[in-house]
Amino acid sequence: MSLDKKQFLQAYRTMRTIRDFEYRVSDEFGKGNIPGFLHLYAGQEAIATGMCMNLSDEDYIVSTHRGHGHCIAKGGDVGDMMKEIMAKQGGSCAGKGGSMHIAAVEKGMLGANAIVGGGPPLIVGAALSAKTLGTGSVGVSFTGDGGSNQGTTFEAMNLAVVLQVPAIFMFENNGYGEGTAAGYAVGSKDIASRAAAFGMPALKVDGADIFETYKTCKKAVDHCRSGKGPIAIEASITRFRGHFEGDAQQYRGKGEVKRLMKDLDCLKIASDIAIKKKLATKAELKAIDKEVAAYIDEAATAALAAPSPDVSELLTDVYSSAY
Amino acid sequence: MPIKTYRQAINEAMAQEMRQDSTVIVIGEDVAGGAGCDGERDAYGGVMGVTKGLFPEFGESRVIDTPITESAIMGAAAGAAQTGLRPIAELMFMDFLGVCFDQIYNQAAKFRYMFGGKAQCPMVVRTMAGAGLRGGAQHSQNLTQMVTMVPGLKVVCPTNAYDAKGLLITAIRDNDCVIFVEDKFLYETSCEVPDEMYTIPFGEANFLREGTDVTIVGISNTVNKALAVADRLAAEGISCDVIDPRTTSPLDEESIIESVEVTGRLVIVDEMTPRCGVAADISSIVAEKAFGSLRAPIMKVTAAHSPIPFAPALEDAWMPQESDIEAAVRAVLGYTR
Repeated sequence: MSLDKKQFLQAYRTMRTIRDFEYRVSDEFGKGNIPGFLHLYAGQEAIATGMCMNLSDEDYIVSTHRGHGHCIAKGGDVGDMMKEIMAKQGGSCAGKGGSMHIAAVEKGMLGANAIVGGGPPLIVGAALSAKTLGTGSVGVSFTGDGGSNQGTTFEAMNLAVVLQVPAIFMFENNGYGEGTAAGYAVGSKDIASRAAAFGMPALKVDGADIFETYKTCKKAVDHCRSGKGPIAIEASITRFRGHFEGDAQQYRGKGEVKRLMKDLDCLKIASDIAIKKKLATKAELKAIDKEVAAYIDEAATAALAAPSPDVSELLTDVYSSAY
Repeated sequence: MPIKTYRQAINEAMAQEMRQDSTVIVIGEDVAGGAGCDGERDAYGGVMGVTKGLFPEFGESRVIDTPITESAIMGAAAGAAQTGLRPIAELMFMDFLGVCFDQIYNQAAKFRYMFGGKAQCPMVVRTMAGAGLRGGAQHSQNLTQMVTMVPGLKVVCPTNAYDAKGLLITAIRDNDCVIFVEDKFLYETSCEVPDEMYTIPFGEANFLREGTDVTIVGISNTVNKALAVADRLAAEGISCDVIDPRTTSPLDEESIIESVEVTGRLVIVDEMTPRCGVAADISSIVAEKAFGSLRAPIMKVTAAHSPIPFAPALEDAWMPQESDIEAAVRAVLGYTR
């Protein structure tokens, strides 16, 4: 089943929110308003959005170091996220996580993970909870092509099959693990074909097309919800930015980024299809763009004005009780 | 009161908690055993038989046999703990910590803090440590120091059956990730253990002997060696305080310092390599906080700085023995400036 008008407009809004959020934090990073490291999701929006539209707050996701998009798509509060990334009071993680550990636990977003391959074993556990407690929830681990080569990912895929838990292994193949091509680092012809070796089915999808990602993710979620065990997806995509903000990307071909940004812009692809299918008008999309821009600006302005966390918070929440 | 072994006490703690809390699960390699085999299920009940009988009572949805896959076991337990279960994950030998440490120290230990207090990770890692069984360099280590140094983890080292039951019940009910280090030399030891459930708080040391001449602090089975030494020396009129901290994280610093304030002499025993170990840690705490009370240098009795050798003659020389503890006690007593 494809996106209807209402769903499409929601998807477009989410993708636009992620894109604007990422570009704004990039700007603020450039101005020195964000400490630490920043890995942006710009270009990959249709994947997180297409998946999370098929999930509820009772479903779980784990994410990567490139996690802002997953957090927004899962319903994380954009204002709190902006504060967290800017290291301000009121941040999603009280200033203790930052960009690489962004989370919205109350929404089932169990955390971005800065250990490549750290998330897949965790989602097997979340899916095990769902199965043991009979909640009907599913768990999704977002992993990159880089994470697809980690041993923890292999172990997690195997255990998910052995325990027959409702887990989805979403591999976002953006072509690069840091500064090394997936074509070099992934030994098999692709990532999806590995799933069969573990005994689970896999789907492949064009990660730049929201209509396709939504449909493919729906198939995977339905598969899990109907008790058929785990499933993998490989979504091919590119990233518009470097591995991290400040990455000169000398490893990319001449004109490559420019070309891919033109050919694989999920927002442009979505608009073109939607207008053609009469799911939206140019004016409707423009109105969303305007609303989102104001929303992001408001979040950034509030975050910039917020104070730093109080140092009295340094030792809170290391443990659940007095230590 | 009934007499039970350390193994029975640990088994009983798990069974009783599982009866009253349906979110408690056991997961690990051969925790039942026989999965997919033509023979019996619950064939092992854990490699040392500690989980035996849980599978027939609670079934395969709560006593979960896994492949040999330590990272996935620890990660799955951590993810399950974040989402409503209270897993008891078994790490068969503590030596295997190296295989899966990321899921423990970078994941489970950090959820609560890293996510601003909005997440929790109520899981127990039951693991087995201790040399002397000729297990060689990869099946004998006590790596308590490696987990004690990690903020967010709690670390429990029960030294007798009574403590093992009470501390494990506390661990299962705790909302943090607890590393429960069982000493494989103690499974057959026994003492009085009540049938009913009880808890022993973390961070409260147990004074096993009270004395005025020397304080001996032991970790895991070295506590029992220290007790034997203290009892022998008592016949000579040397009186030792023997302290079992029970947990290395949190550590009951106060009790150790109070004792040193009386005795002025401290011997610390652990069965770990000497650098950056638990004995070294306690030594530095006492040197900082009770320097004025010390009448002799602090002595550490630890294992040697080498991998654990296989040959019995070598392994015995590697491990701290009662004779080493006794020599250390005599050395601090005989110290003159």
